[in-house]
Amino acid sequence: MGLALDIAVTHIRSRLRQTLVGVLGVATGVGFSVMMASLMEGSQRDFVAQLVDSLPHITISDERRTPPVQPASLLYDDVEISNLSTQDRRRGIKNPLAVISELESWAPAKVAPSVRANILLRQAGRDVGAVMLGIDPRREVLVSNIATKMIEGQLDNLLKASNAVILGARLADRLGVRVGNTITISSSGGKTMTATAVGIFRTGVAQVDDSQIYALTRSAQILAGQTGLINELRLKATDALGARELATRIEAETGYKSVSWQEAHEDLLNAFNIRNFIMYAVVGAILLVASFGTYNIISTITHEKTRDIAIMKSLGLRANLVRRIFVIEALIIGLIGMGAGFLLGFLMTKGLGAVEFKSPFGDATRLPVIYEPLHYALAGSIALAASLIAAWLPARKAASVNPVDIIRGAS
Amino acid sequence: MSAPPTPLIEARGVTRVLAGEIDTTLVAGIDLAIGPGEFVAITGPSGSGKSSLMYLLGLLDSPTTGEILVEGRPTARMPEDDKARLRLETLGFVFQFHFLLAEFSALDNVMLPMRALEKLSENEMRARGLDILARLGLKDHAHKRPDQLSGGQRQRVAIARALANNPKVILADEPTGNLDTASTEQVFDIIKTLVGEGGRSVIIVTHDPHLARRASRRLHVVDGRLAPVPED
Repeated sequence: MGLALDIAVTHIRSRLRQTLVGVLGVATGVGFSVMMASLMEGSQRDFVAQLVDSLPHITISDERRTPPVQPASLLYDDVEISNLSTQDRRRGIKNPLAVISELESWAPAKVAPSVRANILLRQAGRDVGAVMLGIDPRREVLVSNIATKMIEGQLDNLLKASNAVILGARLADRLGVRVGNTITISSSGGKTMTATAVGIFRTGVAQVDDSQIYALTRSAQILAGQTGLINELRLKATDALGARELATRIEAETGYKSVSWQEAHEDLLNAFNIRNFIMYAVVGAILLVASFGTYNIISTITHEKTRDIAIMKSLGLRANLVRRIFVIEALIIGLIGMGAGFLLGFLMTKGLGAVEFKSPFGDATRLPVIYEPLHYALAGSIALAASLIAAWLPARKAASVNPVDIIRGAS
Repeated sequence: MSAPPTPLIEARGVTRVLAGEIDTTLVAGIDLAIGPGEFVAITGPSGSGKSSLMYLLGLLDSPTTGEILVEGRPTARMPEDDKARLRLETLGFVFQFHFLLAEFSALDNVMLPMRALEKLSENEMRARGLDILARLGLKDHAHKRPDQLSGGQRQRVAIARALANNPKVILADEPTGNLDTASTEQVFDIIKTLVGEGGRSVIIVTHDPHLARRASRRLHVVDGRLAPVPED
């Protein structure tokens, strides 16, 4: 390695300007790749974190994924059923306290019961559809961070007034409601209630802020027209990323439909996968373009050094050693470029992270960036691999030089 | 009666044809043997094939038919890497043009074959390189780059490089072709002193009959074949 390294270093040192251009090419590629990955994944993680923090990890509802099997189908292989009228069952989760107690005994999660009801809000002649979540504020803090998202009033205010509600900020804006205002709420079953706004929250998730209000369980049960109704259990798992598996098990144990946050936002997570694929494709393209610079330099050096290569081979240096010289040159350019690229990427990421920006996903005042060693490792590896591949062709060509052809020509 | 020594280089029916639209025969059916301690001059008119013959004898080129043996070892089917190793250990080359690496000092150029051979330590290589350069009158120029040397000095560095691994055979292709008269004499005298050291042989290609006469044996090549040496 010593001789090949010495010759490679000498070649590079004698072409400082070309080498600098090559190094800058690799550094720019690596730097922008790192910055782009930091920004893309940072925004993704920020969004997912907001989603995971503001919503329950698992929602158990009083639904079943598949309709119950008809008794006749259990008895006979081939059954034709017609004019079936469905039984009007009592809504809600049966014996919710027992289910909660059972879940708390084994599931690594906190559980809070709630009543979900579709409602219509009426204020100053405007009607807006929304979802009411009837909760117990003391248990709610176990499964959501809504208490920390209050921009006016407090979650406990629900307990301080009769028929009190807390509205999402965007919903409140649409209705022109402020804390202390009275609003009329109608349920899909025709029940109507006059409620007082005691607080406003902003989670940063537009869907929630735009269409959700919180009330006490009892208020929601009155609107739903069913005393003691609990139609939803919401869970905050100890391990948010393991929510999918936990939901599957809960569904198997309870029979009720259990939806993890991942399942609820499947299309969004798929969109992130596509976005990541595009990001890595772009990063790859940037690094590929940077490798053309390396190819250009190594090609130029091998072309200029054809006579030296010929004489080295005539002296008895093996083709492999000649090849190694140019691969080492590319490696040196790649390594220096990679190091400079890491620094450039870090500084650009830091710069971007300092820029104040209104994120379309939430309330972030600065661009969400992350410093992930994997991004550096990936960009560095791809850059090095691209440099080596770029050097391989000219290096192979150099190693195959027939010394006699060159010596005869030079003489 | 003892057996004759194994020739250092032997050519058996060597022919080299350059393929093309019209094939060109560079060397045709040459048989020769170079023993230890010989000083052989290869002469002939321009384009007669004397340089081509030297490239074949030095394993830089491969015969189309026939065989080159180095110290009795056939080389026709030898892998290129093994031939390179054989050149590195056994043969030293001096060309008409010095072919020194421009970015390296004279000493670094001389050390290059030693470093490729990897038999000596860095200090030993340096000491040997300086020793060879001193012997060729270049002690004070060891750390100069080729562009800081005169033509004769560069050619002497090239000779020093050829001597780096103490080869058994030195092949010189018109080594004085680009030099003035004084440098020619100086370089030729140096080459002549190398003959016989440890049984070393020197094969020199030259078109200069005056220099060729100073060799111990002359081979004359005409149209790629060995021909009788002309009367001077």
